[in-house]
Amino acid sequence: MTDLIQLCLAGVSIGAIYAMAAIGFVLLWQTSNTINFAQGEFVVLPAFAMVLFFVIFRFPFAVAMLATVLVSTLLLGFGVKELLVSRLLKMGVLPLVIATIGLSLLIRYSLQQFWTPLALPFPAVFSRDPIRLGTIVVSLEEVGNIVFAAVAIGALQLFITRTKLGWAMQAVAQNRTLASVLGINVSRLVTVTFVLNAALTAIAAILIAPIYLVKYDIGVGLGLKAFYAAIIGGFNQIRGALLGGLLVGVVETLSAAYISSHFRDAFALVILIAVLLLKPEGIWGVKEEWSS
Amino acid sequence: MTRGRLSLVALLALAVALSLVLDQYKLYVVSLTLVYVILAIGLNLTLGYAGQISLCHAAFMSFGSYAVAILGQRGVAFEVGLVVGVAIAFAWGLVLGFPALKVKHHYLAMVTLGFNIIVFLVLRNWESLTGGSFGISNVARPAWGPISFKSDRAFYLYILAWAAIVVASAYWILTSRWGRAFRAIRENEMRAEVVGVNIMNYKLMAFAIGAAYAGMGGALFAPLLGYIDPGAFTLDRSIQFLMMVVLGGLGRFEGPVIGALVVTVLPEVLRGSEGLYLIIYALAVILMMLFMPKGLVTLWDLAWRSSRSTTSPSTSSASPR
Amino acid sequence: MAFLEIDNLSKHFFRLSALNRVSLGVEPGELLGIIGPNGSGKTTLFNCITGVLSPSDGQVRFRGEDITGRSADAVYRRGIARTFQLIQLFPEMTVMENLLVAAQEKKGTLLSRLLHREEAEATARAVALLEFLGIAGLTANLASNLSYGQQKLLDFGMALMSDPQLILLDEPMAGVNPTMIKNLVGHILELNARGYTFVVIEHNMEVVMSLCRRIVVLSQGERIAEGTPAEIADNPLVLDAYFGR
Repeated sequence: MTDLIQLCLAGVSIGAIYAMAAIGFVLLWQTSNTINFAQGEFVVLPAFAMVLFFVIFRFPFAVAMLATVLVSTLLLGFGVKELLVSRLLKMGVLPLVIATIGLSLLIRYSLQQFWTPLALPFPAVFSRDPIRLGTIVVSLEEVGNIVFAAVAIGALQLFITRTKLGWAMQAVAQNRTLASVLGINVSRLVTVTFVLNAALTAIAAILIAPIYLVKYDIGVGLGLKAFYAAIIGGFNQIRGALLGGLLVGVVETLSAAYISSHFRDAFALVILIAVLLLKPEGIWGVKEEWSS
Repeated sequence: MTRGRLSLVALLALAVALSLVLDQYKLYVVSLTLVYVILAIGLNLTLGYAGQISLCHAAFMSFGSYAVAILGQRGVAFEVGLVVGVAIAFAWGLVLGFPALKVKHHYLAMVTLGFNIIVFLVLRNWESLTGGSFGISNVARPAWGPISFKSDRAFYLYILAWAAIVVASAYWILTSRWGRAFRAIRENEMRAEVVGVNIMNYKLMAFAIGAAYAGMGGALFAPLLGYIDPGAFTLDRSIQFLMMVVLGGLGRFEGPVIGALVVTVLPEVLRGSEGLYLIIYALAVILMMLFMPKGLVTLWDLAWRSSRSTTSPSTSSASPR
Repeated sequence: MAFLEIDNLSKHFFRLSALNRVSLGVEPGELLGIIGPNGSGKTTLFNCITGVLSPSDGQVRFRGEDITGRSADAVYRRGIARTFQLIQLFPEMTVMENLLVAAQEKKGTLLSRLLHREEAEATARAVALLEFLGIAGLTANLASNLSYGQQKLLDFGMALMSDPQLILLDEPMAGVNPTMIKNLVGHILELNARGYTFVVIEHNMEVVMSLCRRIVVLSQGERIAEGTPAEIADNPLVLDAYFGR
């Protein structure tokens, strides 16, 4: 039993990181109809930035973290929004989708070519030494990840529900035309969303770097997991993406321990089919009205 | 002969001539491009003309590939395998068409994406049938008694023949009342329904036929490579087809041809740049979307307009725009 | 038996009642007007008749057949066509193509539409219609390139392509200049004389009074009055609905 709890905790720990990527993904979709196929790379780039600041330049950890978040918000937040999204949004969903695909390829192969195709080790942010909580053994890293992610997601939730800007974001997510008629600067809000997403993925990067190692192609799997999490959890609610991310983490960890590699896939499959058939909008997703 | 027909014949002659001139690798690339053209035409029908997003064309493709491979293992003739693969793809296209009726755009993307993942996982795990992760090798090329299409050159011509059939049939469908109905649904679904267009029937057909073309592409893909494994039918592959169709020009007849060509040939052309080629390719994709969001077919239009005087566009359905 | 019978039709959206037990009948060959202040449920009524919306309660019968809740394309095939308040066309298709779409789905099966490619009859009909409406020569233009008035006429033309028995016009005069109004009124009267039945929603009182021999008044989802133009003009309930107390 203690094994199960420990594994669940480990699952929640990594799931919390997936959740951050999934939440950012859902935010982008909600406010700007952007399906960001480069979300995985949005995590990889700040991970490399962290290596640059923390390992190579040897900045103190907090400074390196701030610098990484800054770089991420500048490039992947403002940069992507101004250069790509502003121009392409009005052409419909698909051109932007293709552009994000191109962007993901660009980031991935630029890192491979201009930095290194090899995996870079990353020093653990929290120690991996075990801590005893009663009969359960966890590592500080697992706890740290959960706490860190919880703080970030909690802050986001507060922002969205308690600030004027957050309400404006909700308004835009529900009805863009109406929001702009009510005087909300939709373009500026989309920028805010992109910046928030970049911040989320940067934090996810910092937490996941010690676990996954930093390599140019980890974005592929990460992006897919974010997508998968959003589908299962609920594409139109933040808490849906949160649930999805945690589920993915827990299922991944548990099935790695208990289910032979043969059936691991089948397990993921069954969950996906079940959700798509029974509740296609996701477990915590909200059914959207469609015309008769 | 009309000018259009003449240029088509010339194109066909050129395509045949290529088989004599190109070396093995280049011939392979052109063969692959032809296969992708077939697939892109299918996706263009579903997405470009009928406006239904499909992120699972790699799955439909896999039905064709595996049908041919599995039946080929049991000594069944290639053409039979092809028909079976196309039929299975068509059937699953119908099945996927049903959610298309009920759900909004992005949910359809989810459902089709989920389907792609599901099919991939099934292919990887149903080892007794599909060979699992190892796939199936030595996929036989067609043979008609003493005539064998085993050589690369012969198989290229075989693929070319099928591609010509696909292009002709797509043209035939799109210039019929169906083509007009598809476009009406894409332009204004509500109005279409109010003037009598049965949305369900047409959306189902758009999905099913698009899937059938994908199945055909898959059936030709397997013997071209000689072996198949689930890794060829991942989400990445479906996204690649999406790229072809959007880059080429959605909802335009020439679109998938241009798109398949660019997405397949461009990386090859850039290959000489030593590792930078994927980066240049990615940049090219982004720039193409920024400056030609309607697709490369915009360039095609410009070229056409400047080379001949503008005659008023045909008013009948005979020109599938 | 009336041509079109609407029997206690109701439509609710959550707690909002857009239509509340509305009943009316339309006689064959009639030119019925429907008026009422904004939000009175006129367009909702049309939407429920034509299958764009499913009524919450009540019945719609056309030539004796119950068509309540049938899909929009089924209703069209039974001979009811309509136009829209906000013009609905196929913007990137040509005028001719817009008209051909409106003609092609009425007869035949799905398969016959794939195989049967002869369009001379429909094309000739479209050309004749365009001439009748006074916008001949525009066949090759994209619908989105037409002027507002021309688009209005195209919308009208699309409703006529399938030779419907009942035509529902939703504010056909909205945003149209006086010359065009006279034009349209003339077309409607001429078609009515040929035997087409019309139901017209309009805000332009002059037009309604001169066009229609019978008028039904809706207010807040309910039918509050019916009668000849003269009777309606004097009816205190109607004045009340429009101008309030």
